[in-house]
Amino acid sequence: MEERSGSARRDADHSPYEVQTRPQTWRIGLLRTVAFRIVLLYVALFAISTTAILAFTYWNTKRALNSETDSIVSAELSALEGQYQELGLVGLINALNVRSMRGGQMLYVLTDPRFRRIAGNLDGWPKVRARESDYQNFKYDRDGQTRHARGFVFNLTGGLHLLVARDIHEQYESERLFTTALPWSVGLLLLLALGGGVLLSSDLLRRLDVINSTSKVIMAGDLTRRVPVSRAHDEFDLVASNLNSMLDRIEQLMKGMREVTDSVAHDLRSPLNRLRNRLESAATRLDPDTHTAAQIDAAIAETDHLIATFNALLLIAQAEAGVVREAMTLVDLTSVVEGVAELYAPVAEEKGIELAVDLGEPLTLEANRTLISQALANLVDNAIKYTPEGGKIDVRLEERSGVVVLSVADNGPGIPASEHKRVTERFVRLEQSRNSPGTGLGLSLVAAVARLHEARFVLADNGPGLKASLEFVRHPRR
Amino acid sequence: MRILVVEDDLEAQRYLVNGLKEAGHVVDDAADGELGLTLALSRPYDVAIIDRMLPRMDGLKMVEELREHSNVTPVLFLSALSDVDDRVKGLKAGGDDYLTKPYAFVELLARLDALMRRRQPGAVKTLLQVGDLELDLLTRTARRGDVDIDLQPREFRLLEYLMRHAGQVVTRTMLLESVWEYHFDPQTNVIDVHISRLRAKIDKGFDVPLLHTVRGAGYMIRARG
Repeated sequence: MEERSGSARRDADHSPYEVQTRPQTWRIGLLRTVAFRIVLLYVALFAISTTAILAFTYWNTKRALNSETDSIVSAELSALEGQYQELGLVGLINALNVRSMRGGQMLYVLTDPRFRRIAGNLDGWPKVRARESDYQNFKYDRDGQTRHARGFVFNLTGGLHLLVARDIHEQYESERLFTTALPWSVGLLLLLALGGGVLLSSDLLRRLDVINSTSKVIMAGDLTRRVPVSRAHDEFDLVASNLNSMLDRIEQLMKGMREVTDSVAHDLRSPLNRLRNRLESAATRLDPDTHTAAQIDAAIAETDHLIATFNALLLIAQAEAGVVREAMTLVDLTSVVEGVAELYAPVAEEKGIELAVDLGEPLTLEANRTLISQALANLVDNAIKYTPEGGKIDVRLEERSGVVVLSVADNGPGIPASEHKRVTERFVRLEQSRNSPGTGLGLSLVAAVARLHEARFVLADNGPGLKASLEFVRHPRR
Repeated sequence: MRILVVEDDLEAQRYLVNGLKEAGHVVDDAADGELGLTLALSRPYDVAIIDRMLPRMDGLKMVEELREHSNVTPVLFLSALSDVDDRVKGLKAGGDDYLTKPYAFVELLARLDALMRRRQPGAVKTLLQVGDLELDLLTRTARRGDVDIDLQPREFRLLEYLMRHAGQVVTRTMLLESVWEYHFDPQTNVIDVHISRLRAKIDKGFDVPLLHTVRGAGYMIRARG
């Protein structure tokens, strides 16, 4: 016995059987929408490629401008070099003086080995290394303004230095303008795109919200509601109208279900009623001590059993189809538990079973009082039936982080974990309990009631015994 | 007592009418809602038994019309419909009690008795008496002869209901509905256990038993057997 329940408990820990899977209803934040994510990705790609293209253009233009400058400087240098070789230093100084008079963008300076100016239109040697290695950018002052230039150094024999350069201040200014404007414009671009994304996704969200809120109302039981369809005839309208025709179909099926259960109920109950009437009236004409009277009494009892089974089946069918949802009200669960416990207390006591009730804070719940009471009664009834004399049953009602848990735990033989799923199916009673009275629908009905209330019906091992719990998620007030 | 039976299942109607006549009542019958309404409005009845589903005028509609004419005849609905929220609808429409088919005839008789008795006007009683058993509704105390009887609240309500219907058969279903306000079958014989506890308190040690079991029907509290 200990051994068996021990292994059952292990299994139960791994797979407590759950009956209900609830529809998911998380809230979609603006930043989590698909539309927003797409826009964001698009913006990122756009920003990267734009930056790349602009950077490439910038770099290319700069290179082209520099090489133009370089070739002009180079031409000037070779011309001056020619002068120098033909006419010597004097010729070079003359040539420099002539060129300096012309003005323009070209800059010249010739210095002695100690960088003192000899000729040229620059006031002195700027901050440039006297090496003939490469073109160099430097700054110089003209009319009190610091300007940018690019040039080449030529060292003459005798330690003289010649710098030929071109003023590139305009080009430099344009570059600077460009490099400071670029991050700003990319930033602005991102900002605009972000705004556009928010706008776009909030628009999409709004349309999805309409569909979502409508389906919530419908899931809560109002099958007459439909998703509004706009006149735009876009994808959303297509989804909405498909959804609506699906709802039409469901509503039709539900209505059909109700009609079927109603007419099945009517067509079966009427003849059962006549049957019972006849048996009863036959019995009243007989001496109650005869064999025939006993037979008729047995037949009446059989009829009643048939009726009970039929009623339970019908109730399960209705609960599963959600047809009894209209009868939901705010139910004082605490009083329901007290009532049921009090109803069964004497029965438990007669069997020597302790029926303990743990209530905690008063709790109310949107529910069908009759069905909840019946489900709890079934659980308690079951527990009493299967708990041996001297056993204990714990009925507990508590709220744990928004979930109302109603549980009935006994220390009887329990149900092996492998059977947990099976016992909530219709007409199942475990072999060993075949002989106790009942329709075999007790737990199935509890499962159906759980489904109707969007609650989870969990069977678990109580080590030893069975713990059956109904876990209700609180509905926001409609 | 004058009883109106409105039922379109003719065999069920015949059975009902015969049974009620045998029980000593005067019975009129109708097979559709319109005729039923006409009868109910033209003659005084002590109680009306009305099927939920009727041709020409639905049982619910019929009772609504009846109540609109300020007719307060107690109405017992019979219904072969699935019964989860139908009971609520029936009572909302103005019905006083609701019985689902198939029913036991004793159940029907007991409920009719209770309905007709309820209608009799009288001073509001604060003390119920059956034989030497007294139930004081103000002080919530019970005593039999010289002996004070200690009752739990639910036992008090159970005894109160039985004593209000002293001399009438009270079925287990009626007790479950009135004392516990449950409308379902509790499977186990829970009511019997409650009754036997109550019986141990009020009858044990006394020569004359007051609380009787009526075979195949339910219970009855009365002074003389």
